[in-house]
Amino acid sequence: MVLDGAMGTMLQRYNFTEEDYRGERFKDYPHPLKGNNDLLSITQPQAIAEVHRKYFEAGADIVETNTFSGTTIGMADYHMEGLVHELNYESAKIARQVADAFTKATPHQPRFVAGSIGPTNKTASLSPDVNRPEYRAVTFDELRIAYKQQVESLIDGGVDVLLVETIFDTLNAKACLFAIEEVKEERNIDIPIMVSGTITDASGRTLSGQTVEAFLASVSHVPLLSVGFNCALGAEQLKPYLQRLSHETDFYTSAYPNAGLPNAFGEYDQSAKQMQVLVEDYLKDGLINIIGGCCGTTPDHIRAIAEVAKKYKPRKIQAETGIT
Amino acid sequence: MIDQTMTKGKFLTLSGLEPLVVTPESNFINVGERTNVTGSRKFLRLIKEENYTEALEVARHQVEGGAQILDVNMDEGMLDGVQAMTTFLNLIASEPDISRIPIMIDSSKWEIIEAGLKVVQGKSVVNSISLKEGEEVFIHHAKLVKRYGAAVVVMAFDEDGQADTYERRIQICERSYRILVDVVKFPPQDIIFDPNIFPVATGMEEHRKNALDFFNATKWIRENLPFANVSGGVSNVSFSFRGNDIVREAMHASFLYHAIRHGMNLGIVNPAMLEVYDEVDKELLTLVEDVFFDRRDDATERLLDFAETVKNNKKDESVAVQEWRNNSLQERITHALVKGIDTFIVEDVEEARKSVKKPIEVIEGHLMIGMNVVGDLFGSGKMFLPQVVKSARVMKKAVAYLQPFIEAQKEGKVEFSGKILMATVKGDVHDIGKNIVSVVLGCNNYEIVDLGVMVPPEKIIETAIAEKVDIIGLSGLITPSLDEMVYVSKEMKKKNLDIPLIIGGATTSRAHTVVKIAPNYNHTVVHINDASRAVTVVGNLLQKNNAIYKEQIREEYDKFRDQFLKRTKEKEYISIEQARQNKLRIDWNTSEIVRPKHLGIQVLEDFDLKKLEPYLDWSPFFRSWDLHGRYPDILEDEVVGEQAKELFRDAKKLLARIFDEKLLKARAVFGLFPANTINDDDVEVEASDRSGKSENPITFLTLRQQSKKREGVPNIALADFIAPKSSGRQDYIGAFCVSAGFGTDELAKQFEKNHDDYNAIMIKAMADRLAEAFAEYLHKEVRTNYWGYAKNENFTNEELIREDYKGIRPAPGYPACPDHLEKPTIWKLLKVKETIGVELTEGLAMWPAASVSGYYFANPDAKYFGLGKIAEDQLKDYAKRRQLPEDEAAKWLSPSLSPF
Repeated sequence: MVLDGAMGTMLQRYNFTEEDYRGERFKDYPHPLKGNNDLLSITQPQAIAEVHRKYFEAGADIVETNTFSGTTIGMADYHMEGLVHELNYESAKIARQVADAFTKATPHQPRFVAGSIGPTNKTASLSPDVNRPEYRAVTFDELRIAYKQQVESLIDGGVDVLLVETIFDTLNAKACLFAIEEVKEERNIDIPIMVSGTITDASGRTLSGQTVEAFLASVSHVPLLSVGFNCALGAEQLKPYLQRLSHETDFYTSAYPNAGLPNAFGEYDQSAKQMQVLVEDYLKDGLINIIGGCCGTTPDHIRAIAEVAKKYKPRKIQAETGIT
Repeated sequence: MIDQTMTKGKFLTLSGLEPLVVTPESNFINVGERTNVTGSRKFLRLIKEENYTEALEVARHQVEGGAQILDVNMDEGMLDGVQAMTTFLNLIASEPDISRIPIMIDSSKWEIIEAGLKVVQGKSVVNSISLKEGEEVFIHHAKLVKRYGAAVVVMAFDEDGQADTYERRIQICERSYRILVDVVKFPPQDIIFDPNIFPVATGMEEHRKNALDFFNATKWIRENLPFANVSGGVSNVSFSFRGNDIVREAMHASFLYHAIRHGMNLGIVNPAMLEVYDEVDKELLTLVEDVFFDRRDDATERLLDFAETVKNNKKDESVAVQEWRNNSLQERITHALVKGIDTFIVEDVEEARKSVKKPIEVIEGHLMIGMNVVGDLFGSGKMFLPQVVKSARVMKKAVAYLQPFIEAQKEGKVEFSGKILMATVKGDVHDIGKNIVSVVLGCNNYEIVDLGVMVPPEKIIETAIAEKVDIIGLSGLITPSLDEMVYVSKEMKKKNLDIPLIIGGATTSRAHTVVKIAPNYNHTVVHINDASRAVTVVGNLLQKNNAIYKEQIREEYDKFRDQFLKRTKEKEYISIEQARQNKLRIDWNTSEIVRPKHLGIQVLEDFDLKKLEPYLDWSPFFRSWDLHGRYPDILEDEVVGEQAKELFRDAKKLLARIFDEKLLKARAVFGLFPANTINDDDVEVEASDRSGKSENPITFLTLRQQSKKREGVPNIALADFIAPKSSGRQDYIGAFCVSAGFGTDELAKQFEKNHDDYNAIMIKAMADRLAEAFAEYLHKEVRTNYWGYAKNENFTNEELIREDYKGIRPAPGYPACPDHLEKPTIWKLLKVKETIGVELTEGLAMWPAASVSGYYFANPDAKYFGLGKIAEDQLKDYAKRRQLPEDEAAKWLSPSLSPF
């Protein structure tokens, strides 16, 4: 399965101004809104739909909703906590409509929507204050409540999968998984969950300090569709951690690395071709079941990845205890 | 039988920052139990006092001692358990070397368990749930445990009570298992049964099968409940033999041995209360196992009879002395080294010398064999620092006796495991810690090149090259030493050295070493926080294949640095103007100001030290020997109590000599002066000389907290405690310097000459304590007499140590005033050097080292606080006020600068 590429990188190409972000509806909003990409699902829905379309055209099977920061915690920066339901619901609907149109056109290749759930900008297991290591800027319960709201809205909007991604603090993710399990129980539904952590650097650990194996142990209590890594590293740097993950888990595995490491100006300049070669390496070694791109990747990258992915069989799960 | 085809996913897998997988091949998994308020009086006390720093040390000690899971329990009536659990686990999360192992959240109260589950990112273990309150509650709790992502300990307990027979144990465990697996869908590998370890040999008929039933139930669970684990608290079994360690240790060893063979795969064992199974006296072992397996009707009586005979063994030293003197020569030498007894060492060594061809063989043979035992015991946490230093004393005495014989034969040098250079850096005179590390390493057969104190960098590097040392160790206590270490590391790089560098000392920290020192040097840099770690680190660095270890250290530090730098960035600061706006505002219209009874300078010459005895604060004394805990409770501590008592006896002995023979001299100078705050942060003092003649005013510069505070919390500077000139009210300030250190060095050298490092270190540690006591005493005199603002106060020593009194005496170089440059101002104001002879070194350490200096503030609102970090604008402002170039000011204040 092929996942899409970066949303942010694509949106940058539109060079939206403060006015574009505001649209007609938030013309007189008392706080600056430029940079609130999630808001574009309401003020520039055609652009979001276009990005989804381009990724499907490039060969993606799954696109992610434009909801990376769609919690009350993430929206607090823009004083838009009240908009959380609408943002998630509308974002899910946009992606749903685009996906359904593609499925209709090519029924042999159904397209899916993954509800993107970011890590928020606060950490539950690290203190932001060096002098007060016992302090936490956010608690488990605050995260659980915020995530629950996002999850419910994404499901209402029609997503097929929930994607808990860019996990730099496993406790945040555990709060999210807790919320998802609550929703599943309350609504008596089942919905697949993908989990994707972030190895921050060559230390091979998450920002909150866990190794690959410790991270895996901490999120495996919930039946997952897949577990994997995204962001922070390029495909080359991510490989050793994927190997370890792939060896240790009976869930499907996923990876959507950045287009290399950023250059001195913070830009990603790994080409589609270069990334294709690195991804082919994953495929040859049978490391992954789901592959896509994160920061710096474009429809060109996804096209190159989808092309090469066709040539290989997905990773085999060693035992039958995985989710089918 | 356990299904051999099971997949890897079916093993109990836990995690902290690192994973812990419990497979059939795993050895017994040991759960650290000292961070449990119900099991450790010391830990309870620390938590009650909110002394989380030391509480964390207890946890760290457990991890370093090999605990693979850390049990945390806050169940105590007087504690807010939810709050204590949350705070402590949050603190653990900030300590990567503790949080690398999984946590066992231990409570009988569900709300405390849930509070714990909400703050651990790893996969932890809940201890415990049971059917005690019926199936409904059991299912509810199990569901939540699963949703929080934890494993669970299930007690063999149901609506009718605790399981106390084999049948009840297996019946309850099976019922619990079926509910968990079939109803809750709990992963079976995440279930850990605790089938209840009960005391044996209690004399009660119904307890006869307690051990046997446990063994058999354990076996049944492992064979019939697939993937489930079994755990237990071993020390319960010997409950009826409390006070008789010989019997208890043997019981624990045997019980553990058999429980593991029956399938117990994790549990709680106190390593300090455990004999090695093979070492248990065979007669005792048989008696113990007769009881465990209920092999004889009189098993209990026979064990009790035996227990009576060994009960007093440990106390009856005179008999014991006789006995160990009858052992073989090697056993006697080893015994003397392990127990630190030097009475017979010369005669034993002489006997050994006569038995070998070359005298050096005694060192390489007899003595090293003994010291290896010491090293092993210390390394495994079975000996404590003061004991090791005593061992070293015996070793030195033995070597000194042999030296002339070795030289007479000219047979060359002893083979050492490595050569280590030790130095207290330039500008610093504190060497207690450095000396302890030197002695400990010396005991472990390393050759120590000790360059002493105030060692300039050139000398460190020259000596390192000339002597071909394997490791360089730098130590320091005052904050400017941190900078000096940074400088040394840079010089080492310039000179292309490749010798590993070890950093230690009270103000050093892992953070400072990682962020400020390690990046300067291309080779290994390690921070060591206590002497007991030194041997392991040095051993690892000097092993043949040390590349992996060095790489590990570097990776660990790189990671730590990244995290640290990321974290510091998040800290918010306000501008110095804003901070001054938000100063502590005392109402100067109403605030009490008392005019000192005696203004001007006073000197106390040759003060009678005996008067200070009641003022001694012993807790830091024990800390300087790596024995952690608060006096006097530490004397009764389960782990270090014995050692603490012995150390305390030796200290008292030396103290009596100090008093009686007047070994040390104490002097003090202090003064009280009119003063007012000017320009927000400066204190202008009307100086005068001893005769009362006024002199040019002197200005103290204070630094102001700059981190962003909560609403209503001020940004404090010491200057806020003195009335500003603009208030129109005359206020006062005091300053002082006391020393109890005159004579320390001479005495220490004398002890060293007699190969008695133990007392050489002891005298310095005692002098430090006396200086602190002197400061305490003098402060009291000032409050009640010289200044006289608190004439009627009446505090106990404990209250004084807790700083319950009115007014404060902050010292330059400490949290409220990290600026050492205030010391020269105090020296000028009080003429410290001229009156009592205490000098300041280049790095502004006081000489003699056992000295204390500071200010007196009398205002009732004055309190101790930590400055924290300051921002660049305050540094610029300060440089201007101090009339220093900015980079020099930055150098002096560097530990307080943000970010770092």
